[in-house]
Amino acid sequence: MPAPMIETRGVTKCFKGKRALTDIDLSIGQGRVLALLGPNGAGKTTLVKVLTTLLRPDEGSATVAGCDVATEAVRLRSHIGLAGQYAAVDELLTGRENLELVGLLYHLGRAERRRRAQEVLERFALTDAADHQVRTYSGGMRRRLDVGACLVARPPVLFLDEPTTGLDPRTRNHLWQFVRDLVAEGTTVLLTTQHMEEAEALAHHIAVLNEGRVIAQGTADELKSQVGGDVLEARVVDRGDLERARAILDEVGAGPAQVAAEERRVSVPTGGGTKALIAAGQHLSQGRIDLQDLGLRRPSLDDVFLTFTGGAPDEPPDAAPSSDGETPGPDRPPSGGPGGPGGRGPGGPGAGNPGPGGPGAEGGS
Amino acid sequence: MAAADAARPGAAPGAGQPHTQRMNPATAARDIAGITGRNLRRLVRTPQLLVFTAVQPAMMLLLFRYALGGAIRIPGMKYVDFVVPAIFLEAVLVGFMATSIGLAQDIGGGIVDRFRSLPMARSAVLAGRTLADLCRSIFSLALMVGLGVLVGFRFHANWLSALAGLGIALVFGYAFCWIYATLGLLTRDPETAQVAGILPFFILVFASTAFVPVQTMPGWLQWFARNQPVSHTIDLMRALFHGGPVVHSLWLTLLWSLGIFLAFFLASIRLYRHLSA
Repeated sequence: MPAPMIETRGVTKCFKGKRALTDIDLSIGQGRVLALLGPNGAGKTTLVKVLTTLLRPDEGSATVAGCDVATEAVRLRSHIGLAGQYAAVDELLTGRENLELVGLLYHLGRAERRRRAQEVLERFALTDAADHQVRTYSGGMRRRLDVGACLVARPPVLFLDEPTTGLDPRTRNHLWQFVRDLVAEGTTVLLTTQHMEEAEALAHHIAVLNEGRVIAQGTADELKSQVGGDVLEARVVDRGDLERARAILDEVGAGPAQVAAEERRVSVPTGGGTKALIAAGQHLSQGRIDLQDLGLRRPSLDDVFLTFTGGAPDEPPDAAPSSDGETPGPDRPPSGGPGGPGGRGPGGPGAGNPGPGGPGAEGGS
Repeated sequence: MAAADAARPGAAPGAGQPHTQRMNPATAARDIAGITGRNLRRLVRTPQLLVFTAVQPAMMLLLFRYALGGAIRIPGMKYVDFVVPAIFLEAVLVGFMATSIGLAQDIGGGIVDRFRSLPMARSAVLAGRTLADLCRSIFSLALMVGLGVLVGFRFHANWLSALAGLGIALVFGYAFCWIYATLGLLTRDPETAQVAGILPFFILVFASTAFVPVQTMPGWLQWFARNQPVSHTIDLMRALFHGGPVVHSLWLTLLWSLGIFLAFFLASIRLYRHLSA
């Protein structure tokens, strides 16, 4: 077993007495992808900052590429690339100038950094815009340049903080492919995401973060099996039936039922397979609830989150997990987004989730 | 390449590496040059900003020369010769206000986090910012010299002495710009930084020997106006431009500059180190 490229032991960080990270233990080997999955404020960015030496841990220790974050920060920095949450590129410089500046700051020679900048531009399909100022770039181009900037020196470890936030699905898929290519070449990647689908698609190892703690970790499949069984999902015709449907599924299922009012959908974990499905169907029709759809599907990582926190990922931590706990607010981005229970649309049983292992975990590598 | 090779997962943690590694000075100088270059490019690509930086001192110059100056009598000196050195220093200080705004912008935009994650010299972001702003101030100063001469200002001493006077404005200005750097790092917000930066500027420039003879001020203000650094610098510049006793105000100006520089340089380094916290 080779030594891990990223390892944390008991990392704890407090801000003004409030704990932002508590006792984080993580490890990932070379050429692997570690995804930190969690809602806003879970501590993902704080952990990235600790690992990229922007913040010092209060307790515990961490190494990246064999360098200790506290005592070997300077050496560590030459082994990493960081693409932060905001595209940290200079608007007034051209794409090429941005890349060459980063190359210079990695202490590459002049010819070397020119060559590398050109390579990155080609790889990220930015050659046409290479000599235009970044302020003329689209959001997707900016993000590509931002990720490209941390590749200029070909560091063996990359940190991508929410790399696909704000990207359209096509650009996002391109970026995923870049990440897969890099990983195939042996780069180790730590990425943070709020999207279950992204973690599934890219990561070998997923750590679910909530309120500064790792509440679960493992492969996508391991996490799903911890949830146990499948998810039973019903979509009602009339929104007024939601509450009764929830009560019925609560009885049938193996855990508390969740309501997504926006999609008129109720879901509940179950170990009962088709028997539970049939029972649910009977109970619902006895209750005279008109259904648009009823089905079984493999649990998504949203369900994982629900299982481990008792709440939907984007809720405030103290919100009640029951009743309308999962009602998406108007500004809740992931509803209908990738991987959320609602994201699969009316397809119901397994529509978006063909294989038992999820779509991305194998297909991605 | 070098990075990739050195970064084998099992690489032995740097044997005998000191706790805080120091960068070799040549590398640090290249980093500083790189960041300075980046900021200068930004400067050149926003010429409107460069021009407006010069507009404020230009307006002040014209206002004091033509609107207010007629009412102000300076014994033994034409008012234009009295006020223009103050405008020179003002132009330099206004140029350096950009330091706080630029730093706050870079921090807010996340680019400072990127820089801090790179293996570059930690001092380079601050040094590169202040040096680029020094160039901006030199530009404003050159414009004001031209404008000053146009409205009747003359250097009455020799050219060497005149250059020394302009140099003093830049020395004091560069020290002062570390106050702005500190403000930018403290506020981390361009607008707040700008508003906060105006305060020390206005107090020190107006409650000084810059525009009116201090004899007209009430006693307590007179004391402040005579003994603050902007006044010392302007007094020294006047002496260098038109002749007069230099030594006393030279010492005071240099001491103030050094003091301000050290205090705020150290404060900004400290703030920069703890930026993410």
